[in-house]
Amino acid sequence: MADRSIAPDTPELRARWGNFTFAQSWADKAKAAIARYPEGRQRSAVMALLDYAQRQVGEETNTQGWLPIPVIEYVARELGMPVIRVLEVATFYTMYNLVPVGRFHVQVCGTTPCMLRGSDDIIATCEKRGMHAGHTTDDGLWTFTEVECMGNCASAPMVQINDDNYEDLTPERMDAILDALARGETPKAGTQEPGRHTVEPAGALSTLTAMANENHDYRGEWA
Amino acid sequence: MSLADKDRIFTNVYGYQPWNLSAAQARGDWDNTKDLIARGRDAIIQEMKDSGLRGRGGAGFPTGMKWSFMPKEPPKDAAGNPKPSFLVINADESEPGSCKDREIIRHDPHKLIEGALVAGFAMGARAAYIYIRGEYIREAETLFAAVQEAYDAGLLGKNAAGSGYDYDVFVHRGAGAYICGEETAMIESLEGKKGQPRLKPPFPAGAGLYGCPTTVNNVESIAVAPTILRRGASWFSSFGAENNRGTKLFQISGHVNKPCVVEEAMSIPFSELIEKHCGGIRGGKDNLLAVIPGGSSVPLVPAEQIWDAPMDFDGLKAVGSGLGTAAVIVMDKSTDIVRAISRLSYFYKHESCGQCTPCREGTGWMWRVMERLRTGEAHVEEIDMLQQVTKQVEGHTICALGDAAAWPIQGLIKHFRPEIERRIEERLGSLQEAAE
Repeated sequence: MADRSIAPDTPELRARWGNFTFAQSWADKAKAAIARYPEGRQRSAVMALLDYAQRQVGEETNTQGWLPIPVIEYVARELGMPVIRVLEVATFYTMYNLVPVGRFHVQVCGTTPCMLRGSDDIIATCEKRGMHAGHTTDDGLWTFTEVECMGNCASAPMVQINDDNYEDLTPERMDAILDALARGETPKAGTQEPGRHTVEPAGALSTLTAMANENHDYRGEWA
Repeated sequence: MSLADKDRIFTNVYGYQPWNLSAAQARGDWDNTKDLIARGRDAIIQEMKDSGLRGRGGAGFPTGMKWSFMPKEPPKDAAGNPKPSFLVINADESEPGSCKDREIIRHDPHKLIEGALVAGFAMGARAAYIYIRGEYIREAETLFAAVQEAYDAGLLGKNAAGSGYDYDVFVHRGAGAYICGEETAMIESLEGKKGQPRLKPPFPAGAGLYGCPTTVNNVESIAVAPTILRRGASWFSSFGAENNRGTKLFQISGHVNKPCVVEEAMSIPFSELIEKHCGGIRGGKDNLLAVIPGGSSVPLVPAEQIWDAPMDFDGLKAVGSGLGTAAVIVMDKSTDIVRAISRLSYFYKHESCGQCTPCREGTGWMWRVMERLRTGEAHVEEIDMLQQVTKQVEGHTICALGDAAAWPIQGLIKHFRPEIERRIEERLGSLQEAAE
């Protein structure tokens, strides 16, 4: 099991987050999420609401957001759930941050398929810049986590930073991405391999060559 | 004979063309779906059974048969009202090595959504929930948008696609838990709880989501259904060996020259898959050490046994492994094989839900011993002890995560015991030298 525990419940935390409510844009999303489930099953929306709450906290703190205990209590009230049930969900799923994180959450995959393709070097690249696991740098910019398989194995190694994936990494490419983010730029997401589109064999297609240039309809060739 | 492009189902798997509805329709999706549905529940299920499609999520259970387990007459709730039935589509792709559902969702989502309608109709479901893993953030954005497109075009909702059948498709995002790929854990998670698997029975087809009849299917199993119905069971079953029919998305990662995702005929020999699509093994065929052919949960296979093996359920079972999700992790001779497996042990330790003691305690224990075997800081007897502990975890837990944690270690000990012993002896030797 992942070792996860919540931030201490302090008067300062209460003072800062005790009055948390959804801003209109997130309240609208929350309403739409609840509507996806049958009447009386609004509890099913707890994962969505925790995500929205974390993102709003992120907006308010110019970070990737986290879930202070008063915010978890707010979500529980919104859904008519006991706080402990919401807390269980928040602690069980690893994408809910239980402590503050930085402006960028650098999540390098270290599971075997990425390891075989050199994720050790990508992690070393991060460490050279002062990042280490479960820690936010002093400038508040970077939080580093080594994560488990992210499902990008055919374009490994990879990193997820905030909402985007960067794939086919080398230490140089990783440095370039981190430099660009630090400068406030938006580097191109996806594969970093020159000439590669997504997960096709790099260099030359072995299948489906007609699709590269036109939206080919193969039905005419069906026998 | 190799698979021709015209017989590939996922023609936009690389995303060279747009995913949206009009482009998907131009490729043949949503083409008179009404007629597919007009065939009726029994005919659709029979066609799926005849096609020989086996579930693409790992276990390989026949898809048509699974659909037929759903009740024809809905059970009644306490108040005497009929309960709805649900289709849950498993897009919680998290098995190390697996990366195929992601490509379907971000590049060909309408195949999945059309399949959700057809499959849901065939099993009498009122709605489908697509459970997509939380880390697929951009992919979920695409999926939400594609579902909305389908609603706007009248393909979902009341009188879906003009079929006279009312049907909804909802997207549910996970938040980072491998275990939610287990079907009953997924149902728990959909209900807003921790994703801890349920004891079976009752099976989901009897009492699943909200206590209603539910079928859980993998993304690929659902997304291939409309094409099978259009082209016929005999077309699909013309590929692959007996009992292993159809085409399949293979995902090749690790030490090949060109890792990729590619749709091929089932039963393609490993060597052909690698030579044709992946540019061969890095450093050549002789540099191959071992392969994990079906995602991290299946045992590894040494080079000499995998080379000519057919990539299907039975062919890989014959070499002591399994097809799983067809996630092929290739390792060349530069690999620290003990570390490669130990890293998987760490994965399972991290992802154990904590419900069953053998798994919660065992995964951590096995990982710690694996780490000592990696560095050689162990006694030779501990290899057998580890083997015994894997047997005490395997089969003693509610779900298969315990088995999945045990099998990679068993495969390592079976095939690479001399390497583990060598490390222990080497370290003992260096200690003795230091003492002298």
